[in-house]
Amino acid sequence: MTDDDKDAWSARLFEQLIEAGVRLFAYVPDAGNARLIELAEAHNEARPVLLASEQEGVAICAGADLVGARAVLCMQSSGLGNCPNFLSLIKGGGFPLLLIVTMRGDYGEQNPWQYPMGQAVEPILAAMGVLSFRVARPEDLEPATSAALAAAFRAGQGAALVLSQKFLGAKAF
Amino acid sequence: MTDAEIDRRELLPALFPAPGDILMVSGLAGASRDAAALTGDGDTLFTMAGTMGAAVPLGLGMALSAPASQVAVITGDGELLMDLGALATVATQAPENFSIICIDNGRHGETGGQLGHTSHRTDLARIAEGAGLASVLAISRPGEIAAAAKFLAEATAPRFLLVRVKAGPPAAYQRDLDPAACRLRFRNAYLGAG
Repeated sequence: MTDDDKDAWSARLFEQLIEAGVRLFAYVPDAGNARLIELAEAHNEARPVLLASEQEGVAICAGADLVGARAVLCMQSSGLGNCPNFLSLIKGGGFPLLLIVTMRGDYGEQNPWQYPMGQAVEPILAAMGVLSFRVARPEDLEPATSAALAAAFRAGQGAALVLSQKFLGAKAF
Repeated sequence: MTDAEIDRRELLPALFPAPGDILMVSGLAGASRDAAALTGDGDTLFTMAGTMGAAVPLGLGMALSAPASQVAVITGDGELLMDLGALATVATQAPENFSIICIDNGRHGETGGQLGHTSHRTDLARIAEGAGLASVLAISRPGEIAAAAKFLAEATAPRFLLVRVKAGPPAAYQRDLDPAACRLRFRNAYLGAG
């Protein structure tokens, strides 16, 4: 994937999120979400919220919902391992939640440290009752984003848009 | 901790004479009991009974999304220590409508009163200062509570108030523990039913 490709899909994804009313973009920096967060910084109504740990983002999204606002949590897949206990807030409280997970350790990964958590992403999502919407090809992005937005903000579910390394491209070491 | 003379059950009523005007979040265990007793488990209080560490970031999400309202988080030393990074997140966002009140009894009250780090060498007020909160105040005596109430009303936000309290039970209040019911109750109160 080239930088131009990344700019293009990030812009399409950002547009869909803004269109759906998302305003807070809680994130831990990752190469995969970098462009998306730059777009949020540049947008008049969007607000990026830099986190120290991904779990904070789950609670921030719930807090936004209590006052009728919509937030999204953007993270690398390794960060999902920091979230399960806080995800009980989502399942138990019936809070909407949209995660955007940029994968490591699933396809073409060269760093052995990334595999254990990368391979645990789907089991953890399932265990905590968060639906998974996986993007492997460019043409998957728009419908998967629509489906995840519908699940979260129409149906009040926890939903994760999982951007695979097949889609993102694997980092060279 | 030996100089702490405040009975926690007398703290929140003195700090918040009009709690219904504030959106509140309270962390699990004693903090939520005290906050529920203060408000009668009020509609604009969201109490927690799990997800240790979530109170500060949940309040932050609320404060950033409701800038016209004042938001206060009531937490304890154990809960705050579970997610110290959130203090840095609050400092960077610097919401002008946000206060954190940490009731520091130096122990894990809900699990039997086992001593925590603040009974040893850890000072949460200095951690909050180091994280970059705009205003930080620590008190330990009943005579300082009035100044703390003024601090919450007037100091530059985000504010961090550390209250060192003596060992002893929180308010004996039975609140609603159903998070889904509490979510709907809060949203209906804030957003208007229907």
